[in-house]
Amino acid sequence: MTPRLVEVRQNVLKHNDEVARALRQRFHDSGVFVVSVVSSPGSGKTMFLEKTLTLLRRDYRVAALVGDLATENDAQRLARSQAPVRQIVTGTLCHLEAAMVEKALDNWDDAGNPDFLFIENVGNLVCPSSYDLGEDLRLILVSVTEGEDKPLKYPTIFNTSDVAVISKMDLAQAVEFDWQALESNIQVVRPGMHVMGVSAKTGQGMDEWLEWLVGLRSQPLTVDN
Amino acid sequence: MHELSIAVSIVDIAEKEAARRGACVEAVHLRLGPLSGVVKEALLSAYEMACENTPLAGSSLMVEDVPLVVYCPQCKQRRTLSSMNFLCPECQTPTPEVLQGRELEMFALELEDAA
Repeated sequence: MTPRLVEVRQNVLKHNDEVARALRQRFHDSGVFVVSVVSSPGSGKTMFLEKTLTLLRRDYRVAALVGDLATENDAQRLARSQAPVRQIVTGTLCHLEAAMVEKALDNWDDAGNPDFLFIENVGNLVCPSSYDLGEDLRLILVSVTEGEDKPLKYPTIFNTSDVAVISKMDLAQAVEFDWQALESNIQVVRPGMHVMGVSAKTGQGMDEWLEWLVGLRSQPLTVDN
Repeated sequence: MHELSIAVSIVDIAEKEAARRGACVEAVHLRLGPLSGVVKEALLSAYEMACENTPLAGSSLMVEDVPLVVYCPQCKQRRTLSSMNFLCPECQTPTPEVLQGRELEMFALELEDAA
């Protein structure tokens, strides 16, 4: 008997997309602006977020979820900002999925409905690109020590991100970082993406980044996956 | 390496569809875009692993590569890109608008009626 061909037409990540859509609706309804942060391991996500939370919580309610493979170290570091922080230990999983975010939000009373919720993804430039987490903004962090061709090596994660932040700017001179090369490589894989440079250590560029972020929150956003 | 969890989802969806129709899966047809974040070769080997000890053991995964298609605001045309260089191949204008290429879609199943 010859097999018959049946049309199915189903997105393989449909379940994740549905959970993410529900989360996005829930965040919008409660006025929470959600930023997810992706980067390679060691590009300074935790330090960048610690500084961001510390500065932003002077005027806004902030909270953070942090994904990590095995430890709770990042959550402890972020907690120094005094903001409510929850850890998602992913075990062997190399990325966060929407359902993990949903579960982490359960019974999280001390976070209330923050103005800004940050989700720190697992350090990985490949796997997180496929999973919508219900965020308003996907931020990709690249440090000056990583090489200016990173966007060309990992075009998908850059293309699916909304804004790029260059970290560890205080080291730029020491590593002969070429801003123009990195910026133009970003524009190759994601034309029009806004790029900012910061140093969480010295505070350089942090005001500009926060001003940009706060300005974005007050704009009406289009829902886009 | 998230291809294994993707493969497990594929097997799961296919298994349910086949059971609903009282049939066995011979092959799964998938459309995969370059912006899906999934590597075809890794997915193919992960698929075999994901099928083990399921009714899909021995079935095959057929992957159709979906080309990357963008909209050129200058030419006002759909353009197919051959690389991740987001420039119109005709006029070199940046093309941020992606029309096609994020697909990770199961579009058909080859089914054999259960004996």
